[in-house]
Amino acid sequence: MGIQRGSIYALVAIGFNMIYNSTGIINFAQGEFVVLGGLMMVTLTMNLSLSMPFAFLLSVLFVTIVGFLMERLTINPVREPTVLRLIIITIAVSILLKGLAMCIWGKGSLYMRQFTQTGPIEFFGATIMPQTLWIIGILAAVVSAYILFFNFTLTGKCMRACSINRDSARLCGINDRLMVMLSFALSAGIGAVAGIIITPIIQMDYGRGALLGLKGFGAAVLGGLGNSGGAVVAGLLIGILEAMSGGYISSHYMDAIALIVMLFVLFVRPGGIFGKSEEIRLKEF
Amino acid sequence: MQGKDYIGFSVFVIFMLALPHWISNDYYLGVLVFTAFNCMACVGLCLLMGYAGQISLGHGAFVAIGAYAAGILTTHLGWSPWLAMGAGVLAAVFIALVIGVPSLRLKGHYLAMATLGFASIVHIVSVAAIDITNGPAGIIDIPRIKLFGFALDSDIRYYYFVWIIFAVGLFFAINLVKSRVGRGLRAIHGSEDAASAVGVNITRYKIQIFILSAVYAAVSGSLYAYYVNYIDPGPFDIMYSVLLVTMVAVGGLHSLWGAVAGGILLSLLPELLSMAADTFAGVGIAYKPDYDTIVYGGILLFIMLFMPEGLFGGISTLGSLVFKAIARMAGRRYPSG
Repeated sequence: MGIQRGSIYALVAIGFNMIYNSTGIINFAQGEFVVLGGLMMVTLTMNLSLSMPFAFLLSVLFVTIVGFLMERLTINPVREPTVLRLIIITIAVSILLKGLAMCIWGKGSLYMRQFTQTGPIEFFGATIMPQTLWIIGILAAVVSAYILFFNFTLTGKCMRACSINRDSARLCGINDRLMVMLSFALSAGIGAVAGIIITPIIQMDYGRGALLGLKGFGAAVLGGLGNSGGAVVAGLLIGILEAMSGGYISSHYMDAIALIVMLFVLFVRPGGIFGKSEEIRLKEF
Repeated sequence: MQGKDYIGFSVFVIFMLALPHWISNDYYLGVLVFTAFNCMACVGLCLLMGYAGQISLGHGAFVAIGAYAAGILTTHLGWSPWLAMGAGVLAAVFIALVIGVPSLRLKGHYLAMATLGFASIVHIVSVAAIDITNGPAGIIDIPRIKLFGFALDSDIRYYYFVWIIFAVGLFFAINLVKSRVGRGLRAIHGSEDAASAVGVNITRYKIQIFILSAVYAAVSGSLYAYYVNYIDPGPFDIMYSVLLVTMVAVGGLHSLWGAVAGGILLSLLPELLSMAADTFAGVGIAYKPDYDTIVYGGILLFIMLFMPEGLFGGISTLGSLVFKAIARMAGRRYPSG
């Protein structure tokens, strides 16, 4: 239970990091990408009865295009970006996407069957749903692809250069605008993956974006914003903490735990648990 | 406050007080009462966002605190509504202090997320703490507020009551931004380092203005509770906090009048849209209230992309452009020198 949700927070956090690294923007529409991915997947598999892998690819592609359009239409045209303005723009996009999702998919939560139809698996005395294995596997695959992309491809290296210093990267001939666009598209794609794999467990509805985004941001902050390795660990940690507090304290307050952790980290150590203190001193919070 | 502001303020107040002469329908009066609640919270938020330059996505939480303090203290403990409202304000001040001191050390995105997280926590608690807030079922039978023994039990009376309170709040805010404090806040907005270098105590200013804006929100919440006599967590979710920011941003971040304009416009928007829907239905386009969210998002996005100073700022920029163009044409016709 904790691992499933934790994996989702980790993926959302990676999405936040990707855009943050290339632009310094926190994308408030990140949670909406997750919702769109999940809802699209429901339509493709349950209503159009496409095969799982094909529907998976189509849904990710769809949300990637949404992310691409978002960057082209709302972030790229802004000539004098101030933090306040960019925040409000991404909020506006999230309201818009939420409204569209509500009109297209309705207000109810949508059911989706699990990826594979086998029963629970016994594993060292614990029962595990096959969907959990899918979630862990896909998280591992995304993280591996992420590492390979950023360390071994030219585009990935260019994106990293932009995140370190955009002006210098541009002087080296890197098209920084293109990298920003790419980061939005990829981040949307990762968000969609998160939405797709969690939908069989939580049943997706249009209004879940804000809370998913907020908890994912909690994971990103706990792991140190911009640090994607940290995000994975932090996401899993928050997920497990949430499940435990649901069991031991009260399930009503379960949702608040991730947020309290987030506030605590922001107030006490905004660089996250993995940031080095010298590094943190150089950053602005 | 200069002469110009007095005139603007007086015109606005006289217009709002005269409005019920043309609108006698209780439903529309009710809509305008809700508009006053939103404007109240918007003015506070504008002081924080437009003048001090600090974003808060958590002001809905302070509205909720004001409303719940009013609801709980009057129904459970039998306090008088005025006393409960005062207690709500004090609670908001205290919570704003506790949240504001650590939050306002953060900047930009971090501050936005911290306040959003705070608002979300308050909403979760209001749903989950069933012993105190009665959970999703809400608190019923909240008494109406009395003014000098005079029950404010009709829409028209409440209309005058809230708009007068709002006018007092607006008057105070306008005076504040024209004062030394206002100039200090604008200096912080421009550059915190520069403001600090010329002797503005930025930490103190930011926290004080955060608390003041929380007070506006709490008063708005209490008045809401006494008007509808029933509160549940529904209206105080994080979308409400986002909506308040939307109102301020649409109207114009850097002007209190902009915030008021944004508050009025977006509060009336659902009504305007449903009226427009009747017109559209005539030509065969079915408009559903479900589309409202899209319209809100669309308006906010449009304003932020094309008029970052908001409607109010955009119109005054346009006005000065027109003025300049006229002046230029006049200058060409009568070359000077």
